[in-house]
Amino acid sequence: MKRIALIALIATALLSITLLSVAQETAPRVVEITAKKFEFNPKQITLKRGEPVTIRVVSTDRAHGFLVKPLGLDLDTDLGKPAEKTITPDTAGTFPAICDHYCGSGHGNMKMTVIVE
Amino acid sequence: MKNEFDRRAFMRISAMSIGAGALLQFSPLSGTARGALMAGLGRKQNGEAPGPFSIVQLSDTHVGFQGPPDPLGTKAFERAVDVVNALDPQPELILFTGDLTHDSDDPAEHARRFKAFREISSRLRVKKQMHVPGEHDAALDGGVLFRENFGETHYSFDHRGAHFVALDNVSRGKPIVGDEQIAWLKKDLARFPKTAPIVVFTHRPLFDLKPDWEWFTSDGDAVMNVLAPYENVTVLYGHIHREDHKTIGHAQHHAARSLIFAFPDPSAAEKKPLPFNPQQPFKNLGIRTISGTTASRALAAGINDVELSLRELSGTEGIQQMLKVGESL
Repeated sequence: MKRIALIALIATALLSITLLSVAQETAPRVVEITAKKFEFNPKQITLKRGEPVTIRVVSTDRAHGFLVKPLGLDLDTDLGKPAEKTITPDTAGTFPAICDHYCGSGHGNMKMTVIVE
Repeated sequence: MKNEFDRRAFMRISAMSIGAGALLQFSPLSGTARGALMAGLGRKQNGEAPGPFSIVQLSDTHVGFQGPPDPLGTKAFERAVDVVNALDPQPELILFTGDLTHDSDDPAEHARRFKAFREISSRLRVKKQMHVPGEHDAALDGGVLFRENFGETHYSFDHRGAHFVALDNVSRGKPIVGDEQIAWLKKDLARFPKTAPIVVFTHRPLFDLKPDWEWFTSDGDAVMNVLAPYENVTVLYGHIHREDHKTIGHAQHHAARSLIFAFPDPSAAEKKPLPFNPQQPFKNLGIRTISGTTASRALAAGINDVELSLRELSGTEGIQQMLKVGESL
């Protein structure tokens, strides 16, 4: 009886490891962007067409937006409130990303570039 | 320029610009059966019969702004006040379409800028002045200072048979009107027939003019869907620091020039203020004239942009003197 229980335990453990491995293989890549007055960091990111990716925007000071209309990204973040969305880009190109939550006199310069190749 | 506007246009739009924005003249189609019908409808709906009148739109004065793109500070605004005061006859109504002030991180300083705006605008002979906020007025404090100075950020009123609607698409920080205000708009318009003349004034464009430059309102389509059943809609806005005209469905969208530095055409690669030209300090802030008549069922509009010369605007005041004043602002 003990032997059967041990085999079941081992089988369960192997199955869990396998499932975890599969999940890790299929989880979208996470690209994190920090936002603060009046800049994003990094200034440029590169995504792959057809590859799911999670865009995560983290504010380090106040409310900011992250807008890339052609990619369906319209995120709102605030201090302590990161925002994220998973997308699968289907069109190659170079897209400007802007902060669309007014954050002060330098707001107009708060932008970065998203490249899909 | 010929442009076919709404074929069932109620209003004849004839506009002559001043140095700062458009002077729009609206007059019903008098002498026609349709004109009589519309006059009756207008009287019935808002207790006031339509009649010819003129308005002035001023935009983006940015009182408090200091920087290389425009070293003259409020000079263009003050000149516009002089030009409007010289109009004969005087317009009945002045609409300010946002960015009255330039924001400051210091609320006390921003309050002083509102006060300075009010001081300059109080010199206008026309005392009926209506305002909507721009993001520089209201995005950082949710519209608190704007409300203290001018009241609610969205409202409506009737003037000589036309229904004016002020929409706020800035005070939530984002370029958005919001569900609550859209529901209010729908209710506000419900008492009007589909043919009623409606003038919406707001800060940002209500369509995607150039989203990469924040020249849009994210729920502008929802706003325009509410307005879509109405056949005579004019939207006056600012924000883009240049004139622009577009007809979408029944609605005509007109952006006014700013009273501080201009922005380039949206086809430009970069959104950078056009450089200040000391020889032509009001370049791109100049005169725009629009004249139009309704012939048959279409409106033929002539748009004429006349760049203001220093002499035309400033009389004996020289550029060096103006620049000196600008430096001290």
